[in-house]
Amino acid sequence: MKLRFNLLAGGSVMAIVAIAALTALVWTPHDPLALSFTTRLKPPGSAFPFGTDEFGRDLLSRLMAGAGPSLGISLLAVLTALTIGITLGVVSGYWRGWPDRLLMMVTDALMAFPGILLALGLLAILGAHMRGIVLALGLAFAPAVARIMRGTVISVREREFVDASRLMGNSELFTLARHVLPNCLAPIIVLATSMMGWALLAESALSFLGLGLAPPAPTWGNMLSASRTFLSQAPWLGIFPGLAISLTLLAMNLLGDGLRDLLDPRMRGL
Amino acid sequence: MLRYFLQRLLWSVPTVLLVAVSVFALIRLIPGDPALLILGDRATPETLDALRQQLGLDQGLTVQFIAWLGHALRGDLGHSILTGEPILPLIFDRFQVSFAVVLPTVALAGLLAVPLGTIAAWKQGSATDIVTVAGATLLLSIPTFWMGLLILLLFGMRLGWFPIVGYVSISDDWLAGLVYLVMPISTLVVHEVGGIARMARASTLEVLRLDYVTHARAKGLSEARVLLHHVFRNAFGPTWTLLGLILGNLLGGIAIVETIFTIPGLGRLLVEAIFARDYPVIQGCLLCISLFYVAVNLLIDFVYPVFDPRVAVS
Repeated sequence: MKLRFNLLAGGSVMAIVAIAALTALVWTPHDPLALSFTTRLKPPGSAFPFGTDEFGRDLLSRLMAGAGPSLGISLLAVLTALTIGITLGVVSGYWRGWPDRLLMMVTDALMAFPGILLALGLLAILGAHMRGIVLALGLAFAPAVARIMRGTVISVREREFVDASRLMGNSELFTLARHVLPNCLAPIIVLATSMMGWALLAESALSFLGLGLAPPAPTWGNMLSASRTFLSQAPWLGIFPGLAISLTLLAMNLLGDGLRDLLDPRMRGL
Repeated sequence: MLRYFLQRLLWSVPTVLLVAVSVFALIRLIPGDPALLILGDRATPETLDALRQQLGLDQGLTVQFIAWLGHALRGDLGHSILTGEPILPLIFDRFQVSFAVVLPTVALAGLLAVPLGTIAAWKQGSATDIVTVAGATLLLSIPTFWMGLLILLLFGMRLGWFPIVGYVSISDDWLAGLVYLVMPISTLVVHEVGGIARMARASTLEVLRLDYVTHARAKGLSEARVLLHHVFRNAFGPTWTLLGLILGNLLGGIAIVETIFTIPGLGRLLVEAIFARDYPVIQGCLLCISLFYVAVNLLIDFVYPVFDPRVAVS
């Protein structure tokens, strides 16, 4: 029952957000970038359901237009982390030896930086633009993926069916691709779902600090950051983008919990 | 026991060294010529040469690293490119400001969340438990930057209870300083309570299932005694470790709360240095925050045997 609720609630909110983001590519109620000084700071009403900002831009349209960049950057960051992390984790877990020791040393060092600090440091090198943010977040999350992948590969490669595949004369690469990797997917899927949440949170935080995509392009984080100037006159500017981020995060967490219960029954109920 | 302390201390040496290498490598990883990037429009052949010399970029990598490490060990992290100020005193000033936010946050959040999580586990399945778990999950999904804005909006702007801009240091005027700290600390506490309560609940549940707890109850001990003497000491370990991780992580992400409540702390220093491409200051901030993180975790491990002497024996 709880399992179905998690998946259903998380899945439906994510579906709504995804549909809003896709719709915004072709249609929004108003132009999210058009300035209009006659409609400045209008409270939520029939013409503008979520109100307007200090440049008279429709907040709902901007929220829809911001969903794409916010989720897109998070998704690309997670894919980057998965690509780097899985490759390194498999190499070090399957072949062990010096690549393994080297990887463990490097991930130890990277994990000694607290949370978002690593992303901030990487962003200082890469620059605060789309590619920089994706790479910074991807590199910051990669050590965790590598660690989990390595652990899973190590436990799977000792199983009998892997020995059997080798004994049948299959090559190492074939054994790895056909027998080891498919059995390592479940923890990675679970991790990737929670990582989407971390990535959205980190991307919004960076945008909030002014280190994300540059305005006027809307992201949920930079909308929230810009709302601070007019917060007392126009509280809706601070409320709706934050609500969008929080609801999406909650949905991703529920989806992650649901998937974990589904794919990894040992973790159920914890 | 001594063996355990020495072992933990030795383990942290390679971590500290790797942190130093990563921070040192930062400026060398910038694509292109760092000196040109830093100076931008102000670059002339003379200023470029001077800056390269100041940053030590005209020497071999190993020589550069040893020189940089030597200076860092003597407390010399160089000078800010932007203002020319020496970096270590600057960081120390800003660190005190951030620490006055971070330490009370962890203490308060722990004092609130540990009893809450323990009681939720003890009453597993009851209304208290369900409300605690649901509340904790909800609070964890609200990012601090939004929670901060909402608190600022409600208690600063609508109700006018607390000042919304400015900052007074508690070392200058503790009462006025405290007033400025209420909103930022509340923001962080509300967020962290969720995570700590969930951890305290989960580890208490694990312990409650063990046979010796049933035995303690069968002996006729009161529930309070079973919970405090038998369950709590055994269940507190993971939460204690989490508190340390949170303390370090809070300092790493402190820039957000400092931005919302205009607090001149270490996080703002780092973000402003990133904007200004003031690489020596960026390096100094990253180094100090990471070393703080390592030191806190070491301290947490040192105190751990007080709750659970088994870790020091094995």
